[in-house]
Amino acid sequence: MIIYGTALLAICHLLGIFLGDLLGKIVGVQTNVGGVGIAMMLLIFARMFMEPRGLLPKPTEAGVTFWAAIYIPVVIAMAAQQNVVAALRGGYVAILAAFGAIVCCACIIALINHLEPKSDVDPFADGPDSADSAAVNIKPLA
Amino acid sequence: MLSILEKEIINNGLVAAFALVGFIVLISGFISRKLTYGRLQGSAIAILIGLALAYWGGIYSGGQKGLADISLFSGIGLMGGAMMRDFAIVATAFEVQPYEARKAGLIGILSLFLGVVVPFIVGASLAYCFGYKDAVSMTTIGAGAVTYIVGPVTGAAIGASSDVMALSITTGVIKAIMVMIGTPIAAKFLGLRTPRSAMVFGGLAGTVSGVSAGLAATDRRLVPYGALVATFHTGLGCFMGPSVLYFATKAIMA
Repeated sequence: MIIYGTALLAICHLLGIFLGDLLGKIVGVQTNVGGVGIAMMLLIFARMFMEPRGLLPKPTEAGVTFWAAIYIPVVIAMAAQQNVVAALRGGYVAILAAFGAIVCCACIIALINHLEPKSDVDPFADGPDSADSAAVNIKPLA
Repeated sequence: MLSILEKEIINNGLVAAFALVGFIVLISGFISRKLTYGRLQGSAIAILIGLALAYWGGIYSGGQKGLADISLFSGIGLMGGAMMRDFAIVATAFEVQPYEARKAGLIGILSLFLGVVVPFIVGASLAYCFGYKDAVSMTTIGAGAVTYIVGPVTGAAIGASSDVMALSITTGVIKAIMVMIGTPIAAKFLGLRTPRSAMVFGGLAGTVSGVSAGLAATDRRLVPYGALVATFHTGLGCFMGPSVLYFATKAIMA
C-alpha cells in the first residue's frame, strides 16, 4: 500500500521535528535544532531496518520516493515566494555582508573539497556491494 | 466565465500551484535544451524564473511573500512553505547511502562550525565598517549573515532595534538567493561531485533554502547529503549567536 510509505515518512517527519524542538528547549534556544536532520536520520534508520526484512515492498517505497521527486518543484515554489524586492532594496551593508560571507565560505568549501582523495568509484552506484567496493577502491591521486 | 475560473483557482490554490510549477518546469526544460544546449540545468532556470516571479509579485502586491501574496497564486505559499519543503527534504533521505554519509561525519561537523563563525565574522566586521559600532547591532547583522532565521532570533534575544533586525533578515535572504543562483555556476570551483563534498557545502553555506535549491540545480543526487547537514546549521547558529558570538563581540568591542 502506497500510503504506508507516505505515513512512514510523515511519522519520521513529525518525530524528528518534535525531537528537534525538545533539543532546542534543552539547550535553551527559541528554535528547532536540526529537527529535519533528525527526521532524515530516522528515515535512513527505518529503511536500514525494514529493507532487509522485506518490509519495504515497491508500492510502500513509492509512497516515499514520490515526495522525494516532488522536491524540486517545491523548491521552485519556495523561490517564488522569497522577498526578492526587499533583498534588492536592502542596501549596501546587506548585499556586501551576504556576498562577503559567501565568498569566504566558498573558498573554504573549495579548499576542503579539493583535499578530498579522488575515487574512481561512482558514489551514487546502487547495489548491496557498493559500500564495500567503494572502501577498497579509493585511490588517492592528488 | 473568467470570474468563475478565477474563483476556482483561488479555491483550489494548491492544485493551481502544481499546475503553475509544472508549467514553469516545462518552459525551463525547453529553455535549457534550446537556448543553452543543456549547459544550464533546467531546474536552475526554473528557480530563476521562480525568483523573477517573486520579484514581480512583490512589486505588484507590495507584500513580503513574493508571488504568494497575490490571491490567484496563494497556493504557491502552501506548496513552497516550510511544511511541504521539510516533508520533501526528509523524503530525499531515502536516497542516502548511509556509508557515504558516515564517511563525512567529522568534516561535516567542522564545516558546520566554520559555516556559522566565518559568515558571522564577515557580517559583523562589515557592519562595523558601515557605522554599526555597538556590539548588539554588530552581532545581529553578523548573525543575519549566517541565515535569515539566526539573525532575528539572535537580535530578539539581545535586544536589537527593528531597523537592524530588518537589515539582518535582508542580509540572510540575499545570502540564500545568492547561494541558489551561484551554486550551479560555481559547482566546479566548489568541487561538488561527491556526497562528502555536498555535506561540506551544506555545513558551510548553511541556509537550508539556499543549499537545497543550489544543490537541486547542480546535481539532484547531492541534495539529501547537503540538506542533512544544513538543517543543523540554523539550530547551531541560533545557539551560538546570542551566547558565544555575542559575548565574544562584546569582549572585543569593550
